[in-house]
Amino acid sequence: MSQFNTEKGVQSIFLLIALMSITLLFLIMVFLFLEGLPIFHHVSVKEFIFGQYWYPTDDDPAFGVFPLVIGSFTVAAFAAVLAVPLGIMTAIYIAEIADRRIAEIVKPIVELMASMPSVVIGFFGMVVVSPFLQQTFNIPVGLNLFNAGLMLAFMAIPTICSISEDAIFSVPSAIKEGSYALGATHLETIIKITIPASLSGISTGVILGLSRAIGETMVVLMVAGGAAIIPESLFDPVRPMPSTIAAEMGEAPYHSEHYYALFAVGITLFAFTFLFNLAADYISYKYKQAGEGYS
Amino acid sequence: MKHLIKSIIYLLFTAITASSLMAGELTLKGSTTVLPIAQKCAEAYMAENPDVKITLSGGGSGNGIKAIIDGTADIGNSSRFIKGKEVKLAQSKDIYPVPFRIALDCIAPVVHPSSKVSNLTMDQLKNIYLGNITNWKDVGGKDGKIVVISRDSSSGTFEVWKKLVMHKKRVIPRALTIPSNGAIVQAVAKTPNAIGYVGLGYLTKDIKAVLVNNVKPSEKNTLNGSFPITRPMFMFTNNWPEGETMSFIAFVLSKKGQALVSEAGSIPIF
Repeated sequence: MSQFNTEKGVQSIFLLIALMSITLLFLIMVFLFLEGLPIFHHVSVKEFIFGQYWYPTDDDPAFGVFPLVIGSFTVAAFAAVLAVPLGIMTAIYIAEIADRRIAEIVKPIVELMASMPSVVIGFFGMVVVSPFLQQTFNIPVGLNLFNAGLMLAFMAIPTICSISEDAIFSVPSAIKEGSYALGATHLETIIKITIPASLSGISTGVILGLSRAIGETMVVLMVAGGAAIIPESLFDPVRPMPSTIAAEMGEAPYHSEHYYALFAVGITLFAFTFLFNLAADYISYKYKQAGEGYS
Repeated sequence: MKHLIKSIIYLLFTAITASSLMAGELTLKGSTTVLPIAQKCAEAYMAENPDVKITLSGGGSGNGIKAIIDGTADIGNSSRFIKGKEVKLAQSKDIYPVPFRIALDCIAPVVHPSSKVSNLTMDQLKNIYLGNITNWKDVGGKDGKIVVISRDSSSGTFEVWKKLVMHKKRVIPRALTIPSNGAIVQAVAKTPNAIGYVGLGYLTKDIKAVLVNNVKPSEKNTLNGSFPITRPMFMFTNNWPEGETMSFIAFVLSKKGQALVSEAGSIPIF
């Protein structure tokens, strides 16, 4: 009887803890919406989303987040172009090609990169990469989309790589052996069997890595240049959403239009990362059978 | 429901501040530009009055004034004057912010040390930041596209720049915006065609300060009023201060306090 009671007690404690963290997160979301929505008394939703100018502190303020959204997206897209192939290929190398001893060295190093504080990466981008870009490409300023995308790619690669590597590693060897038995080469097996079988895990890795990149604040605040424009070239400065919030929140008068507008930018950002995670969930669910159906 | 939560939070805050007042404690919040001054003064004041405990934090001018309105600080530091909207908000909560002018600052336009330009008129500065002048050779420098660097639109420094140089016109969107004085120094020092602006205390030998209308940005020219881009810095209190808050403000405004102001890289008011 007492054993039964203990079990019940433990169960309810865990339930309570789980409920608490969910409620807390939910309350933060409620707060975000309570503080953000009042901006739409001042500007229409259309003006807010498609407005071309972000001048929140003028006497006649303009709250157009379009350049900020585009800024976030171009930086994340550029980071993806660099990080996705590199991350996945590193994962394939570690899981399939590399010598066991080499893999045991490379894998922890890649994972260690994930623990690099973002402010350090940002500082590196500002002090080392920026002057390098200026001299190499002969451009007027090194704090730009290119630099920010490069730094975010650094941050996304470890996530993409380690999740993909786990997925590739867990492809049942029977499938691969079947492929070899039919006469396929190692390369053919990797491309036609192993990757499709681990697609669910790889996509999850890619999306988690990129949602980290799109929500990253410190790096873009330091190296993206912060001009609220729609970039025309890779070397134009941009102003992604997180850095706008971080840079302006401290000085925005409490409960002013600017304050509400920054929370509304937060809502926009939340919507995007939420969609990203939803997509990750969906993809990992949809392709779930591929890897495990055999074992 | 929303009001209930708010009033509970408000009660908690007042309870916290009320207890802190009794124990001889002071809380200062606000502008990062005023922070070095507040820090030096707080250290000296605590050394003279060991039973007083002063808590300091930054967060920006807006936060400093907000802290006075919310009652979460005894003194709110601000590198700009209070805005109309903030006064209204304060009045709606029966709070009367009182400003004390504690120091001056002068904002100097800066360029890369290799630049040949050493003087700019206010009009030239304005047109550079409006995007009308885009090449250094138009203002007496070498041929090269001007890289305009500005501060974030919510910083106190930017507001002074916008009011005094831009006459409230908009800085071009292409301008790089950088979140702090220190980062501007970094960026200008590394970018040969850049122009930026920083507080006097941040001038280093890595960057070159430019004369404005042939006047050098300096303490002397700020005090005699000949340098055109200057601003006062404030400490705000709720109502006319009493007790510990009053004696701290009096200390900042004393000869000793003003000496600390200039030690912190700002300009004393007398």
